[in-house]
Order: sequence, then C-alpha cells, then structure tokens
Amino acid sequence: MADDLDAQIRAAQAARKKEKSADKASLVGQVSFDTDLYGEKGAAKFEGYSTSLPMNDDEEDAATFGSQTKKLSSYTAPKQILEEMASMDDGVDPMADIRPSRKISDRESEYHARRLNRQLSPERVDAFSDQAASTSARSYAEVMREAELDREHADLQRKLQEKQKEDEARRKEMEQSGDLQAQAQAQAKAAVEKAKAAAAAAASGAPKKRRWDQAGEGEKKSEWEEDDSISSAGKSSKWDETPKADAVPPRKRNRWDETPVDAVSSAWDATPKASDGGVTPGGGKRSRWDETPVGVNQYAATPIGNLGLMTPVGGSGVPMTPEAVNAMRWEKEIDYRNRYLPDEELDTMFPTEGYKILEPPVTYVPIRTPARKLMATPTPMAGQGAGFMMQEEDRNQSYDVPPEIPGVGGLQFFKPEDMQHFGKLLDEKDELELSVEELKERKIMRLLLKIKNGTPPMRKTALRQITDKARDFGAGPLFNQILPLLMSPTLEDQERHLLVKVIDRILYKLDDLVRPYVHKILVVIEPLLIDEDYYARVEGREIISNLSKAAGLATMIATMRPDIDHVDEYVRNTTARAFSVVASALGIPSLLPFLKAVCRSKKSWQARHTGIKIVQQIAILLGCAVLPHLKSLVDAIAHGLEDEQQKVRTITALAIAALAEAAAPYGIESFDIVLRPLWAGIKKHRGKGLAAFLKAIGYIIPLMDAEYANYYTKEVMIILIREFQSPDEEMKKIVLKVVKQCSATDGVEPQYIKEEILPEFFKHFWVRRMALDRRNYKQLVETTVELAQRVGVAEIVSKIVEDLKDESEPYRKMVMETIDKVVSQLGTADIDNRLEVTLIDGVLYSFQEQTVEDVVMLNGFGTVVNSLGLRVKPYLQQICSTILWRLNNKSAKVRQQAADLISRIAIVMKTCGEEKLMGQLGVVLYEYLGEEYPEVLGSILRGLKSIVNVIGMGNMTPPIKDLLPRLTPILKNRHEKVQENCIDLVGRIADRGAEFVSAREWMRICFELLDMLKAHKKGIRRATVNTFGYIAKAIGPQDVLATLLNNLKVQERQNRVCTTVAIAIVAETCSPFTVLPALMNEYRVPELNVQNGVLKSLSFLFEYIGEMGKDYIYAVTPLLEDALMDRDLVHRQTACTTVKHMALGVLGLGCEDALLHLLNHVWPNIFETSPHVINAVMEAVDGLRVALGPATLTHYVLQGLFHPARRVREIYWKIYNNLYISAQDAMVAYYPRIENDVRNIYERYELDLVV
Amino acid sequence: MSSAAMNVNAQLEHLQSKHVGTGHADTNKFEWAVNQHRDTYASLIGHNTMLAYSAVAENESLGRKKFEMMEKMLQPCGLPVPKDD
Repeated sequence: MADDLDAQIRAAQAARKKEKSADKASLVGQVSFDTDLYGEKGAAKFEGYSTSLPMNDDEEDAATFGSQTKKLSSYTAPKQILEEMASMDDGVDPMADIRPSRKISDRESEYHARRLNRQLSPERVDAFSDQAASTSARSYAEVMREAELDREHADLQRKLQEKQKEDEARRKEMEQSGDLQAQAQAQAKAAVEKAKAAAAAAASGAPKKRRWDQAGEGEKKSEWEEDDSISSAGKSSKWDETPKADAVPPRKRNRWDETPVDAVSSAWDATPKASDGGVTPGGGKRSRWDETPVGVNQYAATPIGNLGLMTPVGGSGVPMTPEAVNAMRWEKEIDYRNRYLPDEELDTMFPTEGYKILEPPVTYVPIRTPARKLMATPTPMAGQGAGFMMQEEDRNQSYDVPPEIPGVGGLQFFKPEDMQHFGKLLDEKDELELSVEELKERKIMRLLLKIKNGTPPMRKTALRQITDKARDFGAGPLFNQILPLLMSPTLEDQERHLLVKVIDRILYKLDDLVRPYVHKILVVIEPLLIDEDYYARVEGREIISNLSKAAGLATMIATMRPDIDHVDEYVRNTTARAFSVVASALGIPSLLPFLKAVCRSKKSWQARHTGIKIVQQIAILLGCAVLPHLKSLVDAIAHGLEDEQQKVRTITALAIAALAEAAAPYGIESFDIVLRPLWAGIKKHRGKGLAAFLKAIGYIIPLMDAEYANYYTKEVMIILIREFQSPDEEMKKIVLKVVKQCSATDGVEPQYIKEEILPEFFKHFWVRRMALDRRNYKQLVETTVELAQRVGVAEIVSKIVEDLKDESEPYRKMVMETIDKVVSQLGTADIDNRLEVTLIDGVLYSFQEQTVEDVVMLNGFGTVVNSLGLRVKPYLQQICSTILWRLNNKSAKVRQQAADLISRIAIVMKTCGEEKLMGQLGVVLYEYLGEEYPEVLGSILRGLKSIVNVIGMGNMTPPIKDLLPRLTPILKNRHEKVQENCIDLVGRIADRGAEFVSAREWMRICFELLDMLKAHKKGIRRATVNTFGYIAKAIGPQDVLATLLNNLKVQERQNRVCTTVAIAIVAETCSPFTVLPALMNEYRVPELNVQNGVLKSLSFLFEYIGEMGKDYIYAVTPLLEDALMDRDLVHRQTACTTVKHMALGVLGLGCEDALLHLLNHVWPNIFETSPHVINAVMEAVDGLRVALGPATLTHYVLQGLFHPARRVREIYWKIYNNLYISAQDAMVAYYPRIENDVRNIYERYELDLVV
Repeated sequence: MSSAAMNVNAQLEHLQSKHVGTGHADTNKFEWAVNQHRDTYASLIGHNTMLAYSAVAENESLGRKKFEMMEKMLQPCGLPVPKDD
C-alpha cells in the first residue's frame, strides 16, 4: 500500500515538474488542479461572475422611479401597478408584526408604564450651596409637606370610595327586600350608571393615578412588590380581563382596496368608538393605534387646524401626539400613492387607437365614505381664511428623508416625534436676535440631536463637546432638555442608552452643581432599575451610583426621603432599589443610621416597608459584601417580623432570606435574634406570610452547625410536611426549595429523611400535575436530586422508575430527567439486578413512546447506559434494534435522535465487546449518508465518527477507503452541523488512517477544505486547519503547501488568514525546513496579499515552533529585512509581529546578533501612528527587549528621551516606560551617569564603591 | 486625534499612578534622576549581597547602611529644581 502511495506521489511530482514553466517565480502556478472543479487558470476563475455586488431590484426601481417623477405620463398603468407590487415589500415590512417594537413603551408592562405617571418635579434647594436658590426651587420641608398632602388626599379618596361602596351595598339590601321587578329595574339602572361612569371616565381621558397599595383594593399587589421568586409570573393579571379595544390582528395594508374596509378592520379607518378612549390597553399586544387614547380621539373627533395639510410637520408647531404624527405620515403616503389620475394623464397612458372611452353608467355613484378617509376634509387653518384650497401636490418622493437642520448637518434619521423637542431648531430665527440663554439652549439642543440621531462620528464629537462644556451650560439648561427627552413615550432603547450616557458623562463634570436636579434625574433613571433588560439595569445603577457620589449622601437622603412613604407602590419600589444602589456606592455604614430610623418609622407602615425593602435590595445587590455589616442590618430589620402590618412582616422575612443567601455560608451568629420570631412565626402565619417565613428559614438553616440544623429542621419539617398538600403554586415552590436546603445540611440524618420526608414527598409532589408547570418541574427535579444525594440512588430511582411507563409524556420526561441527573451524579453501583431490569425497560419504553423528540430522553438514555457500563451488555441487542428501527423512521427528528444515541453509547458498546454490532451500525449509518435533512446528516456523521473512534480505522466497516470518498462531496454541504462533524471525521481519518486512502483523494479533499476556511464557526475553521496538517503529514507537504500558497491570492481576508494559519501548521507538523524554502520563494511574487500572507505565515510559524526557530532565524532574516523596509505598512506590521515571536522563541539560544540586526530595522518604525502598526512595533520592541536584555534597549532609548521634538520624546518615553515597568531593577545598572550641578547631586556614588 | 490623545493621557495617568518611576515627555532631568536614585537605593537594599558589599566598602553595619539609604531616598538629589513654566 505504502509503496503504491509513494509511487503515486513521485508520479505526481514528476508530472508537475514537466509542466513547470521557467518564467515564473511562484511554485504555485504549476499546481495541477482538478480542472473540472477549478477551471483552467486561476485568473479566469471568476469569469462569468459579476465582479461587483448585485445592485438590481430595489436600487434600479428607485432609479427609474426617480427619473420618472418629472414626466409622469411616460409609464403605463400596468407597469406602475407592477412596480407598486414590487415596492410593496419595502413599504410594508413583512416582519413588522412579528418583530418586537424597538420602542420601550411597547414592550413594558403596565407596572413599568407607571413611570410615565411621575412628574419631573421642580428643582430642589441645594442646602450646601451658598448661592441663593431660584424662586421655583423647593425646600425639603415643602416637599415633605406635599408628600403628606398627597397621602392625605389618597386616604380621603379611598375613604370616599369605601363609603360609596357601603352605600351601594345598603341600597342593594333595601332593594332586595322589595319585589323582584324592582330589583331587576334597579340592576338595570345600576348597570346603566356603571356604563355611564365608565364613559365619563373615558371621556375625561387623563389617566388617573391609581392607588394600588390601598387596603381597599384588596390583594392586587404588583409582582414587583414581592421578591422575584415568590411572584408568580404565570398568573394571569387582571388586565387580561379588561375588555380591550377590539384586538384584531393588524391587517396587511392593501393599497388599492376599492371596497370599503369591513367592520373588523383596524381602528384607524372606523369611526372612533367611545370605548377606544376609555380602555387602558394593557396586558396583550397593543397595536400602535390604541396607544394613547387621548390622541386618537383628538384627531378623529374634530381635527384641529393644521392636521389636514400635506406638510403637517414642517415647523407648524402644533403639539401632536406621536401617534397622531405617525398616522399623519402614513395617511399622507397612502394618499399620495392612491391619488386620482386625471383624464389627461390617463389619455397619455393608454394607447390612442383601438380603444374607446365609455361613458360611466348613469347609476354609478362614486364612493364617498368619509370613514375611509382619515382627514378627508381638512378644517381650514385659522390664518388662511375660509374656503377650500387646492393643495399643491408634492411630486417629490421625499418620504422619510431627514430634513437638513441648520447647524446640525445630515442626520441618520429624524422622527416627527423629535419635532416636539427640537422644533425650535427649524424656525430659522436670526442668531443675533437671540438672548444668551436662548443661544445656549439651541446649542444644547443641537448637540443632543446630534447625539441622539447622528452618525457615530457626529455623536462622538457632540458627546465630547457637551461633556467639555457641561459646566458652562450649567446643570439647569442641560437637564431641562435631557430629562423630558427621556420621558418621551416613543423613546427607543438606543436613544435611551445614548441619553443615559450623556447624563453619565455630564455628571462627572457637573459634580455638586447637580444637587438641585437629583430628584428629577432619579425620576427618569429609577425606572431603569426595574427594566427587564439587564444592561438597562446596569446602566441605571451606574448613573445612580455616580449621582450619589456627585451629590453626596445628605442630598441623596433628603431628596429620596419623601418618596419612601409615597402613596404609589411603584415609586416606593423604585426608590428602595435606588437606595440600595446609593448604599453600594457610598458604603453601607454611612447609610445605616438612616436605615435604622426608617425601618422603625412610627409614622407610616409604608416607610417601614420601604426601609426593610432597601435592606433586601442591598443584600441582593451587594452579595457577600454585606457580611461586615450583617449584624447591624439584621438588627435594623429584626423587629419587622413582629410588625402589626402583614406586608411588613412578609418583606422582613424576605429581606432576611436575601441577607442569609448573600451571607452564605457565614454569619449565622448575626441571625440569632431572628431565629425565635421566625420559628414562632411559622406557627402563626398562613398563606403568603408563611411562604416568606419558610423561605427565610430555608436560607438560614444551611448556615447553621450540624446539630442546630438538625434540631431546627425537625422543627420546621412538621410545617413543611403539612404544607406539602397546599394547593398554592408559590407555596409548593418554596416548600420544595426549603426541603432541598434542609436536606442538604449535614445535620439531617438520611434515616430521618427516608422515614419522615420521603413518603409524604413522593405522595404529594410526584404527581402528573407537577410536570406541567415549568418552574415546579425544575424545582421538583432539583429537590429530588438533592434528596438522592442523602438517601442514595436506589431509594429514589426505585420509587420513580415505574413512572417511566406513565401515560403522561411530560411526567415521563420529568422522571427521566431526574433519573438522568441522579445517575450522572451518583452512578448506578447500588442499583440491584431487578431495579436494573426495570430501569432499562422503562428507559427504552419512554424513549420509544416519545411523541415530541426531546433531548431530555436522549440524555437520560445515554447517561443510564453509560453508567451501567458492562451491565448493559444483555440489553444491547435490543437497544440496537430499536436504534435501527428508528433510523429508518419517516420523521427526521426520530432519525436524528437515533443517530445521536449511537454516538452516546458507542463507548459502552466497545466496553461490552460488541464490535460486530457496531460494525453493523456503521454500515447502516454509511448507507444513510444520502440523508437530506442537514440536522440528521450531521448526527449520522457524528455517529460514524464515534464508531470510528472506538473501533479504530482498521476494523471499521465499511472500510475507510469506501467511506472517505463518500465524505468528500459532503464537505461541500453548507450546513454548520454537517460541516463540523464531517470535517471532524475526515480529520480523524487523516490523522489515524491516512494510508487507507490514495494521495489523489487527499488532494481532492484539500481543495474542498479551502472553502471551509470561510466557515463562520471557529470550530470548523480550526478543525479544517488541523486537517491540513494531518493531510500534509500523510502525503508530504509539497502538494498541500502549493495549494495553500495559491490560496493566498484570494480576495477574502478571513480565507487568507486561515490559509496562513494552515501553512504554519503544515510547517509545524512536517518540520519547517520542508516548507520554508517554498514559502520564502513565494515572497518574491510581487503581489501585496501574497507577500503579507507569507509574512503572516512566518509569524504563526515562529509562534508555533518556538525555540526550534533558532535554526531558521538566519535564513529568514534577509526576508524580514526587506519587509521591514517596505513602503507598505502592513508589511512592516506583520514583519514586526514575526520578529516578536521569533525573539521570544529564541530567547537565550545565542541568536542575539541576528536579533540586534532586526532591532535596527524595527527601530525606525517607532514613529508610526497607525494603531495596529505601532502596537506591532511596540510588541516587537518588547520581544526584543526580552531576548536582548534591557541594557541594549536602554541605549537605544536614551537617544531620544530629551529630544527637542515633543513627538519624539513622547514615543521614547513610552518605550522607556515599558522598559522600566518590566525591568525596573535591572535598569539600575544601566542608567547613564549624570554630572552634579551647582544645586543638585546627580551622581550615584553608591555604585562607585570598590572593595 | 484629540480623543486618541485624551485616551493616551488617561492611560498615562493610570500608568503613573501604578508605577511612580515612569515618565512622560515633560519629565525633566531632576525628576528622572530622583527616580533613578530611589530605584538604585531600593535595589541595593533589596539585594542583600549588594547591601553587604557597600557595608563592607564603607565599614558600616548592614543596618546602618540600610537606614542611611532609606533616609537618602527622601531627597536623593537635593531640593527640587524650580519649574520654568
């Protein structure tokens, strides 16, 4: 075989030599490619391809459209329709319905939206400043008074409501005593009244502040009030029940719908209904039409002046809601596209001959349904006098082109909503007439607009300007513009991010000037703390943390104090979170006295509640950093466990749970004072309160010593077991969690768990219903695994193994997952024969019976089989027949799973000595290589790979020489999974069994592999590069290298980079001397990419071969010399990288002469300014410093440290600093002597001592 | 460019806060020499053999040499040169 191979290689080489033409330097030009695959010549390779990017479709359409705007008559109707059809796709985004809106207000819940209820309060007095405060600023006392008033107001209203309710009830009672008819009448009346009230509420429109936290509202708490794990996400909110404005799926717009749209169309064309305004759209997905009900009514009922004009936006200045603006824009576009074609135009469009113009039938009446036209009759503008005006038609298609704003330049976009804030910039007033304040305002406005809507470079400069000038502008004018922007209902994520960034930057600059605006800033930033987006939360925290550092603790407390017992729960919640951030920024100790006072507040339970919540949030935010202050924090809130208010008790328990979680596993002594009230509390409480108490206990027990843990666990277990049967989902989850935590502690005996906990546990929790809720499911599995850790595998598995045959699939899945986890953690050693039989039987059954192919089943199966090892031998036959049968299944998923299973159990099959069976499987998989679904094909390849790995190349059936040619075409497959597995398999074969395949086949594979260097996945590229190495090793580097060198000519950068890596790897595997000559020869090709590729290969090469490089350094030095003197920057950059790797590789091996020579060539490049180049140069200098020692480098550096030119000094000092940092001590010996002068002594006499 | 310069300056400040002996384009002879002297003393104190060498040369005890060098680190080159600008 080997002889045959050698002969082949020789023959191939001889043939190549013959072909060689003398006129070229490159080795590459002479490679013999498969011409059927690659065409004749490299140059002609792209013949027949378009060399530029395709620019047809849209662009061409736009172009024709543009050119035709002048002579409208030139296109025919059908063509126009066609174009409209074609352009419809850009007009209507087909994904618009699916894609979540970028607007923040569209995705936030009703609770989050309550941020809009808050107002930007007037400035506060800065108690620390010596300047007189402005008249509008309010003092702390005033704010507190206001808060008090607010509370009283709310209180009063609640009482009124209660009274009304009472009255109602009393009247009903009275009526019930009356006769039935009267009762019915009364009910009808009540219903009417209610409807009226609703209508009135709708008409009044303004969203009323809701008082959620009033007792009168019952238990309508928001989910935020509770700790995350308690709140049930799945619970249907009451908003789901609210009748919504007809929830019709938004229809796709059809522009030439002649028939009036039917009744169930979207809301904009129907007569606005009263209900539209009344319902606060909540819960479900809102269409943008019912966003702010006020706006909808505004233009539907009586359109005000300007609304009807064609250019409604341009500086009209009439405040419009963003929704109205949107509607306007839309309407305008529709109108334009659907405008009537006058007779003259029609005449020019249609052929003049062969057609006759018919009179319209007498019965024809044009449709004039005003409902179909949003603003059909524009109300005349006040200024223009009455009468109808023919509107000038705007024939330019300038739909969404951002207007040029004076002094700002071209923006990326300009939303009509921006008009509200930035309209002033467009009024084109003379700058000279404006006052200083106004000028300043405009300046800020322009900068903000640039930051918000500009291109990244504009944004960058604007951001810097606004930061630099922040103190000149002053806090007031800045925040007065930024904060309203942040409150805008149409704010998008990106805009918010940018504006928040602005605030962050100017905070640093403004420092204490910010004090009067702290509250305003908090109002807009606090909502970020409860945003669902992680990064928004982080941003919010950062701002508040900076804010508190700028404003100081006293201001922060004074500002936020009134919000602590605010009537709105939302405000209190966000304030608590903000306070926790303040604590983390300024340290817990500084906040502690305040916290203690608030937690003991006698004035209102809300203050106590918020105070305790602050502690909870501190624990969550700071984690183990609370430990030093744990005792004081617990002391501050301990009394809350016996508070008179249920809510305070609950939040206290939750806060203690959070503290214990943060402190784990330390700090039990700090919790001593709460142990008694906690354990007493679980006997007193029910429901939610009990759940919170149990949670706290669950987190405290793991902190205890073994014996205490044992004692307290027994105490709590009675309650826990009682609560096993609680129907409440929340309670279930908490109970499960606590059981897990208790049983994980050392003190609890396995015996106790077996006897006391397990029977009840399995009775109540291992039921089908638990598998249905995702969170229950997860918690139950976790707890069961934890219990198994204590009582052993057999105990748990024997209890649930029967359920593998349960009829409910989700339940089977849960059982399987538990078994999977238990077995993978604890093994199967103590599973006896009987259990083993049942287990395998159950696993097989559930695997076969699955209707939804799930990875859980696959994992479980794999884990069990792998864990049983040799014991699974008797069942292998059965398992294999199952696999074979399923491999032949119609469903792709089933086939895929079967193939995946093979790869999981291959090792066990080998252990059991079932080579024959594996051979069979191999053949079957081989036969299925024609699989059409890439996912399945990938799994099949993986299966094959695992079999090959296990039984070895020689024993493989089908033989490798049959297998590999089948794989070659699959390499062309573009699916990542297929590619990855295929390349792995091929690489494996090239590594272990290259001799089974002819060199020619390997070359063919090499060509295929080139394409895979383009793969997106790094793993694929790495595997490909490695495979090149294996192949080169198998068939000699020459052919592979030639292929690779040729590939350096391609355009694509990634491809070239990977090629250079591959060359380096080939050089590494086949020794550099086989590769270097060809590589260096290739450098003579006068082509930039090739030369750079060669240099890069050299760089990787010297990186990989390390100290082996000492034999080659003299060979490549002339080449590097040339590269370091090249005009091209990249040459020098790459050469520098090469020098770095080289120098580091040959450190201490006696190549200093060559390195010094190279240093002389590197050194002039230190003045480069391009960041990549200068980095590479600095690294090369660093590398040379390591190899040559700091003394040499010092001599170079000393030349320029005090050079007259600053540019020179700068870079020399930079190098000096690098040198100094890395060799501070060694430098002592190399500093130059400095002569003393009259004033100072510079000599270092200590170094002159001689003994 | 200016933002890049700003960045570099920030980096330099950071560097200087971490490594006192590093310099910049405006470092003058005096500052540089002071750092050299301090480094020299630190190095001599740190290497016991060097300390012993100078102690032998001057016929002083190790402790005294060490103390002297520490003292000298305070103003190794005398009073600072007044800055021109």
